[in-house]
Amino acid sequence: MRANLGAGFTDIRVLMTHPMETGLRKDPDGKLVPMHFIQNLTVKVNGKTVIDAEISQAVSRNPVFSFRLKGGAKGDKIEVSWLDNHGESAAIETAVA
Amino acid sequence: MDRLRRTLVAALMLGVVAPLRALAAWNKEAFGAKTPGEALKHLGIAGATPSTEVRIDAPQIAENGAVVPIEVSSAIPGTNALIVVIEKNPFPLTARFDFKDGALPFVKLNVKMGETSDVRVLAEAGGKHYFATHEVKVTIGGCGG
Repeated sequence: MRANLGAGFTDIRVLMTHPMETGLRKDPDGKLVPMHFIQNLTVKVNGKTVIDAEISQAVSRNPVFSFRLKGGAKGDKIEVSWLDNHGESAAIETAVA
Repeated sequence: MDRLRRTLVAALMLGVVAPLRALAAWNKEAFGAKTPGEALKHLGIAGATPSTEVRIDAPQIAENGAVVPIEVSSAIPGTNALIVVIEKNPFPLTARFDFKDGALPFVKLNVKMGETSDVRVLAEAGGKHYFATHEVKVTIGGCGG
């Protein structure tokens, strides 16, 4: 993830490693691969939630998102966390550069 | 000692994961809907007005339906949510982003498209809904891949 100051806003770009299985894809043996996808996404700035998202299995594999925050300052702590349909979760952190 | 550590680790993990699960809401009915109309109904959206202030930047032709880049934003003052619907996908509702104080109503993401379809983006502002659409022609569908 990287977060950079732009002209009056902060630009965040985050990559998540996740298969985002739709439940419609077949493996080489012809069996359907079960659904496995991120459902919830949260962006926090210095501990405060600024974006909450619900997403579907139609988001591409290894999702990449760009978000924009109003203003911002160097060193602001950005945290992006996700939760998938299996209850697995992860959080990624960075500071605004 | 090892057992104690494992118990502690398990307790910590539960402590972290449980509140996340409790807080995280995912609209099963809306995401499980098979038509755009049904999905919007489950999101509580009764009607929407077309608006050029809702912007969609997406390709006109996507060779690979597995990765279609889409940039959406709203210039409507007070926009607090953006909703992405891919009308001809098996489950049209793709994402709902809620923007709170401090965030701009802007998001860029990659989506899968099963076939050529309109991408409809709705913006929510002051309890009202506005929308724009953009057609993406898909050469190779991306739902099975």
